[in-house]
Amino acid sequence: MIADFGLVTLLLAFMFSVYATFASLYGGWKDRPAWVESARNATLLVFPLLSGSVMIIVYSLYKMDFSLAYIADVSSRAMSPFLRVTALWGGQQGSVLFWSWIMAGFVALVLVRKWEGDRELMPYVIMVSMLTTAFFVGVVVFITNPFVRLWHYPGAAELTTALFQPAGAMPYTPDDGQGLNPLLRHFGMIGHPPTTYIGFTGFVIPYAFAMAALITGRSRGDEWMRTTRRWTLVAWIFLTVGLILGGRWAYDVLGWGGFWGWDPVENAMFMPWLTGTAFLHSVMMTEKRGMLKKWNMVLIILTYSLTIFGTFITRTGVISSVHAFAKSALGPAFFVFIGLTFLGSLSLLFSRWGTLKSEHQLQNFISREAAFVLQNMLFLAITFAVFWGTVFPLISELVTGTKITVGQPYFIKVTGPLFFVLVLLMGVAPLFAWRKQAARNLGRAILYPFIGSLAIAAGWGYLHRMHPASIPGLWLVSFVILAILTEYWKGVQARSSSRGENPFISLVKLFSRNQRRYGGYIIHLGVVMIALGIIGDGFFKQETQGTLAVGESLSIGDYSFRFEGLRGYPGSDGRDVVEAQLKLFKGNRFIRDLRPRRDFFIVQEQPVTVPGVYSTSGEDVYTLLLGWEGGSQDAATFRIYINPLINWVWAGGVALILGTLVAAWPAKKERQEVTYVLRPDVLRGVLAQPETGN
Amino acid sequence: MRETQLESKQSVQPMLEAEQSSQPRSQIGYYVTFALVLSMLGLLAWGLKKAQAGPVQNGLAPDFTLRGFDGRTATLSELRGQVVIINFWASWCPPCREEAAYLERTWRKYQDRGVVFIGVDYADTDKEALAYIAEFDITYLNGPDIGTRISQTYNIQGVPETFFVDKKGQLRGVHIGPLYPPQLDEKIDELLAESYPGVAHDR
Amino acid sequence: MRPEISRAVSFIHIFLVTITALSLAFSLVTTQTGLAQSDTPRRPSADEVNAIAKKLYCPVCPNTPLDVCETKACEDWRAQIRDQLAAGWSEEQILNYFVEQYGERVLAEPMRSGFTSFVWILPLIGVVLGLVIVYQVLKGWQGKRDLEAVQIPVEDQIPAETLARIEKELREID
Repeated sequence: MIADFGLVTLLLAFMFSVYATFASLYGGWKDRPAWVESARNATLLVFPLLSGSVMIIVYSLYKMDFSLAYIADVSSRAMSPFLRVTALWGGQQGSVLFWSWIMAGFVALVLVRKWEGDRELMPYVIMVSMLTTAFFVGVVVFITNPFVRLWHYPGAAELTTALFQPAGAMPYTPDDGQGLNPLLRHFGMIGHPPTTYIGFTGFVIPYAFAMAALITGRSRGDEWMRTTRRWTLVAWIFLTVGLILGGRWAYDVLGWGGFWGWDPVENAMFMPWLTGTAFLHSVMMTEKRGMLKKWNMVLIILTYSLTIFGTFITRTGVISSVHAFAKSALGPAFFVFIGLTFLGSLSLLFSRWGTLKSEHQLQNFISREAAFVLQNMLFLAITFAVFWGTVFPLISELVTGTKITVGQPYFIKVTGPLFFVLVLLMGVAPLFAWRKQAARNLGRAILYPFIGSLAIAAGWGYLHRMHPASIPGLWLVSFVILAILTEYWKGVQARSSSRGENPFISLVKLFSRNQRRYGGYIIHLGVVMIALGIIGDGFFKQETQGTLAVGESLSIGDYSFRFEGLRGYPGSDGRDVVEAQLKLFKGNRFIRDLRPRRDFFIVQEQPVTVPGVYSTSGEDVYTLLLGWEGGSQDAATFRIYINPLINWVWAGGVALILGTLVAAWPAKKERQEVTYVLRPDVLRGVLAQPETGN
Repeated sequence: MRETQLESKQSVQPMLEAEQSSQPRSQIGYYVTFALVLSMLGLLAWGLKKAQAGPVQNGLAPDFTLRGFDGRTATLSELRGQVVIINFWASWCPPCREEAAYLERTWRKYQDRGVVFIGVDYADTDKEALAYIAEFDITYLNGPDIGTRISQTYNIQGVPETFFVDKKGQLRGVHIGPLYPPQLDEKIDELLAESYPGVAHDR
Repeated sequence: MRPEISRAVSFIHIFLVTITALSLAFSLVTTQTGLAQSDTPRRPSADEVNAIAKKLYCPVCPNTPLDVCETKACEDWRAQIRDQLAAGWSEEQILNYFVEQYGERVLAEPMRSGFTSFVWILPLIGVVLGLVIVYQVLKGWQGKRDLEAVQIPVEDQIPAETLARIEKELREID
């Protein structure tokens, strides 16, 4: 049957990826191009093979082939076809297959490009990326296989699952499946796994190149970074969007009025993002100044290892979390893989440590180089704090036997100040010149944003005297925004005044002439918008809870809510809905109806709370129906949150995407990137000598 | 150009020296880093083992003292010579309710035959626990697991869970989930039938 | 309006306002004392319960704050907090009771004493160490400057202006 064919392609993909790993290693080591070619071909085949497996699973989901245990687990007749298809990544087996498929796709893409300058690296890039792919595909084949079927031993109370028919068992096809966990049936949850997986697997490519550079001893050169620059940016934006979508999902569906809980699984995804962002910036510095090479290596190794570590935490329940998949046998396999790759990468790095010397020197402590070093340190410090807080419960239990919880307050208190300095640096560092920033020039560049932000902060502080803790945060946001806008202003002014252009045209031309820089500024603006949302929601959030009879009102801040009644009705997807109607008033003015509801999914016996939300740029009015009196349905309990500025988080996400598009868009002419370093002493020498034929 | 060549030669020399002199310092860095990484891996390995381990099933049953809601106390190690049934439950646990009546019935059947029932109330509120006990008219000793220490020692995976301790104080298995007749009777009969020096053999 | 009458009017206004204010204040005070004199116990509001529940995590569910947890167990615990508040317990007493009953893991924010204090101390040490490393790295780079301070005799002067313009152009290409 069709599903069997999917199993065959899966097994072939595994064999080819293992072959490619060894063939490329042998070909690179013994300098046998034929073997490398063979490995390359094998690698290119893995993606179509995995695509076959993936498509067959999707087809089986669409056709509701419940004889496969996975399909029966994550889909049901009540689900819409679209939702059924997205159930591909709704459960453990499908999601690891999905992950492997994306990774294979990336590797194939990288191999298809031209390899002029980096031919030497290719064998090892293949080896490292195929080793990772082979591991994940191996996990799918041997540990969490989606092609496992349901069998029934006559007389047994439970079903067994196996790939092939056990002796004495009959094939079993249930009438209907369990259906996807109701919490996962949301656009955020549909978008979140693919984007985060693309982000995580995307970082494997720069990692493979970095390892290849180390292995071949070519790490003196920076070409590998130039080659992988766009990959890194693309992987980064997908990971960023993935995290934001995850937050949005939590906000819409989990019903606690927030979007980030500092849960171990969330932290495990956040850490690679932190080191990945640091890496993205650090690589810039190496390109321009040939410095920070060691840091780059450390950062990409950490990003890769933390990615695998994140998967490990998510899927094994080593650290208890609300997100963890059911316990499985993945643990030992992942553990061994993490151990080997992390220790291996570190050993490789140490053995090549000497080749990573900086090409240039630091002229001054106040310079962009110093800012980059400080930035790296801050990112690493935050990563360490998050890591420490996440694993400490385990340490505490090991050492003292007491279980403790490291919850939200810890992470906010420890990482908050660090993020503050980081965002400040983000605003100020672009104003620093390379090599040496004359304090006077810096002072002038910063002066206007600084004064402007102080004014705003003072005004804000006066209006919100009740929340003094928020003032530094809001000062920071206004300062950075003004600093970024000043950069645009200066650029536009310099262009339009020197060329007599219309300022608007200058602005557009600025972007096309230097996409990376000005796209980068948009990305920074996005970050600041997110910071604004976080500060608003963090410091100014209000909440209240109350039980209302029909006609009664609850009020908070300027808003009041009148309960009009409940009604129940059957909903889509196999659920029963109880919906409350609240009339929202601001002061005396009626704004609109809000309808928070509780859906109850009959088959899974699981309730899902759906908030009624009124969103504006200033705040979200977020209402939840918590419960109602027994059978009378005359009184209901509500919780209401006022979340100020929270929509700036989502808007910031959009800005991030736009900025990345600008920064990563292929330039019309791919000019040779040259970096200039002015050396007055050499220049004088050059200018002093007459033209020789030298 | 002449100047540049001269310059680069002069600059390479000290750089090489710098490289060599940095060796011993980086050795320490080596070891420290590897030590840290290995200890972190060790921690994860331990965590993994712990996550995959089930409830304690063998060996000497870990000792504890439970102070009941009604003031009685019981210490496990003092109950040698009797069969002990340790049941972990909570008032907010629906499956626990399914077995509550059966447990009480079985207790009343065996209470004079050298069997002790101990109910450990896991992470519960006094008010609800007492209501639960009253509802099922439970007469055997029940007490709150202060600090959830007992539950952690026995590494329970959830509630209800029942542990069987023989006359010698050895753990003889665990039942995860509610007990249905005649599972408990059978297990008790099996353990009662074993001999223990100094105690009359059960008829 | 003639000055004397307007002055009289404003006096009357002030008088009326003062009387109103005083009577309001009076009624407010008597209502308060009235409440204090009644002996029906105060029923804590859901918000008060949540304010304390926020600082706790559900003892049985993984990583779920007590104020948002929807299980029956959490409802019972919130009810317990409500009863304790009604009985006049302080926040600290309630938190201590929970720690004693359910273990240290019930606190959302780790304690600052005992072994748990390490969770706070290490990041602090990490940041300090990081700053030291940053300083060392920067200093190390700076050291190289001396290696390259080769004295090339310069007879010709390049006008500083040219130099500045070159630098400016190069920076713009950056």
